[in-house]
Amino acid sequence: MSQKAAKKELSPIDIYKLLPKTNCKECNQENCMAFATKVVAREANIDQCTPLQKPEHTKNFNILHDLLKPPVREVTIGVGDKACKVGGKLVMYRHEFTYFNPTAVAIDVTDEMTEAEIVSRIKSTESFSYEYIGNTLKLDLIAVRSTSGNADKFKNCVKKVSETTNLPLILCALNSSVLEAGIMVIPKARPLLYAATLTNWKEMAELALMYNCPLVASAPNDLNGLVTLAKTLQVYGVQDIVLDPGTFFNDDLSDTLNNFTMLRRAATKVGNELAGLPLLGLPLGIWANKGDLADDLVRWREAYVAGMLITRFTDIIILHSTEGWVQLPNVILRQNIYTDPRKPVAVATELKTFGTPNETSPVFFTSNFALTYYTVAADLESSKINAYLLIVDAEGSAIDSGVAGRKLTAEKVADAIKATGIENKVTHRKLIIPGKASRISGEIEELSGWQVLVGPRDSSEIAKYLTDKWQP
Amino acid sequence: MSTLATTKDDKNAGIEVTELLALLEKFQNLELHDFQLEAKNLELRVDGGVAGIPGLKFPRAIPTKPTALLQQTFTPPIEKYSSDIVEVKLGATKSEGGTRGRSLTLGGEKAPAFYTFESPIIHKPVVTLDVFDMEVPLSKAVKMHVKEVMGDPAAWAKLAVEKFGADMVTVHLISIDPLLKDAPAKSTLKTIEDVLQAVDVPLVIGGCGDPEKDTALFEEVSQAFPNERFLLSSFTRDMNIENISKLAKKNNHAVLAFTPMDLNMARELNRKLYDYLGKEDIVMDLSTAALGYGLDYAFTNMERARLSGLLGDGELAHPMSSGTTNAWAAREAWLKMDDKWEPRELRGPLWEVTTALTLLLSGVDIFMMIHPAAVKTLKDVINNLSSGKKADPSKYLDWVSAKI
Repeated sequence: MSQKAAKKELSPIDIYKLLPKTNCKECNQENCMAFATKVVAREANIDQCTPLQKPEHTKNFNILHDLLKPPVREVTIGVGDKACKVGGKLVMYRHEFTYFNPTAVAIDVTDEMTEAEIVSRIKSTESFSYEYIGNTLKLDLIAVRSTSGNADKFKNCVKKVSETTNLPLILCALNSSVLEAGIMVIPKARPLLYAATLTNWKEMAELALMYNCPLVASAPNDLNGLVTLAKTLQVYGVQDIVLDPGTFFNDDLSDTLNNFTMLRRAATKVGNELAGLPLLGLPLGIWANKGDLADDLVRWREAYVAGMLITRFTDIIILHSTEGWVQLPNVILRQNIYTDPRKPVAVATELKTFGTPNETSPVFFTSNFALTYYTVAADLESSKINAYLLIVDAEGSAIDSGVAGRKLTAEKVADAIKATGIENKVTHRKLIIPGKASRISGEIEELSGWQVLVGPRDSSEIAKYLTDKWQP
Repeated sequence: MSTLATTKDDKNAGIEVTELLALLEKFQNLELHDFQLEAKNLELRVDGGVAGIPGLKFPRAIPTKPTALLQQTFTPPIEKYSSDIVEVKLGATKSEGGTRGRSLTLGGEKAPAFYTFESPIIHKPVVTLDVFDMEVPLSKAVKMHVKEVMGDPAAWAKLAVEKFGADMVTVHLISIDPLLKDAPAKSTLKTIEDVLQAVDVPLVIGGCGDPEKDTALFEEVSQAFPNERFLLSSFTRDMNIENISKLAKKNNHAVLAFTPMDLNMARELNRKLYDYLGKEDIVMDLSTAALGYGLDYAFTNMERARLSGLLGDGELAHPMSSGTTNAWAAREAWLKMDDKWEPRELRGPLWEVTTALTLLLSGVDIFMMIHPAAVKTLKDVINNLSSGKKADPSKYLDWVSAKI
């Protein structure tokens, strides 16, 4: 097996010494060292270095390319604008750097569903959207399964699906003739093919090569089988491979977590290239074994298994449930896990205005914790309130934990009142504080000389609070 | 490779190619780069010496398309850890000087959470359910399950243990909060006594968050119930911890050390506590933020603490607690939203479950929770992960054609 020591952490010098050192600024950086620093932080790409692309630098380009290659291969599903990139992970734990390419979420349709059902499931997948601290959370892919085992039916279904959506597709059939009937409808669309197994791998590899598609290698709970498949497919010429180590969710759940964890560690810490491929999780498999479980309980289980997979290294998941209450926790979890931990938690401490406030407008304060600030700001904006908002230095913690941990104190609130000059902007001296900071209301009055009004515990109730209580 | 290299000197290039094909057949599991190298050498020979031999196909295609599986072995990547997580015992039985039906042990891990390919589960994580000593505002989805027992902590505790399957109960003595009833610390002793009578599981004693009142509370409770081995929740950096730590040690209670999401502060507080308490008396609460409201920080903070603890940072090698009820601070957990996100009766507890499971995978040992469905699910998952049962892959691929 091709195992080499895992990559050491790169320094800008490692990159710099292989650059042409022309300081030409064509990459929009001041000099080659600045560019090298950006490259190490993965904020710039060596393709942006024009001189490096010249033939005399080919050798260094290749060395750099290899140095920067992520231990988990990046695989692209689909083509064009909506193409979906999966994998490309540099590290095992997010605190070691950051995770790239958030877990792609696919929803399934089958070739035995009615056209109306197919269209409705696709439309609900496409229209899924949730606004969350400045991001629009979306779903990514459609998985088409052949439940009929009939090539014509599968072909017609893929045709209908591809006419209905631009989302990239995963085509699922274990029989290669059925699968090919589907691929032939969209021969240039680069769907992800499911799956090469220890028995059908040759036919599947031919399809992947012929149509230039990424291919899933599936060997449930058999890691020797999985790396055997990956190796065989690679030698066959298929490079864009996704691994399916099996998703088990009953009393065998630990095999699922162990397999995903061992593969990701082997890729990132040992440098095992056969494990260094994106991982596929299949929470929808629970529907195939649901027994007499009520549908809502199946959805519940599908939802939490999906969450565990997102946390434990999974790069693509296929789900059956389209219900908002199932999807919402997981797209938010995905957003959380894939947030760059290198970015600051806090926003600047300053005075913000909402609408067009005047000298009688209400004054609120909130914490400089980014999540708290964005939540409050979104509520003030959406309710069209004219108001001032003081952002107080709570060392980047939320209101309740900030008060409990003495990071958000009355002194800091009083300082913010003085520092921002709010006293020159309003004629009243009334500060509306978050309900969760009520504990320090007395101290704030004492230190600032302002009258404190304890506002709602959640900023969604600010508009109602103002209607009921506010008089300048 | 050396065998192949010697063939270059053969005079009959035709034979060389045939032999090479046979060898390739035999050594199909050679490294990919070896194949490429040999194919390249071979190409040169073919150009020079074999051109025109009828029936000989250009050989490059052969090594790139294996005819049989190239067998590989996956070596599980096992790591060595330099230390175990400390074990902390909670609750004391009669033979141990207390009154509990059984005690529980937290910690003892020898590997990251549920890396059972490296170490079996030493002690399963436990769930303690919240009980309040007075009426509190609760989300609709939670309230519907406990409204009958609100204001009656003993009955609430009984419900939590007997119906909701709690391993432990947390008695939140919030009536002492100066902003609520400002009841004297001594007045809580009767409530605790009632709960001890009602259930026989170990207890967490929860304060109100006011440092002075909580100090008074822990002084009273430690002395009034010696040897019960409560978990006192919580000791913070702004409390005068000397006296309460000494009393906890003397009366055989464990302590929850709370810090606001900062590992240096957690180390610092633990160092202070070591002056009075043993390592085996301290559980850490590194702060829990809700899904969507900072869970990423909580998750990474705990994951780092656990990895550091296993890799020899003794000041972080303590069991971890999570105030998972904080999940309900996320508005998506309780807010009435557009129809497409409803029902909130499912969305809310799923929020608590997702928060809990994410932190379970970071290494939390004790979960403070509130919704019975979330508790049930977390316990099911912990049991499933601890079963030791192997997955049967024989019908796995049926999902592809399953009619759902």
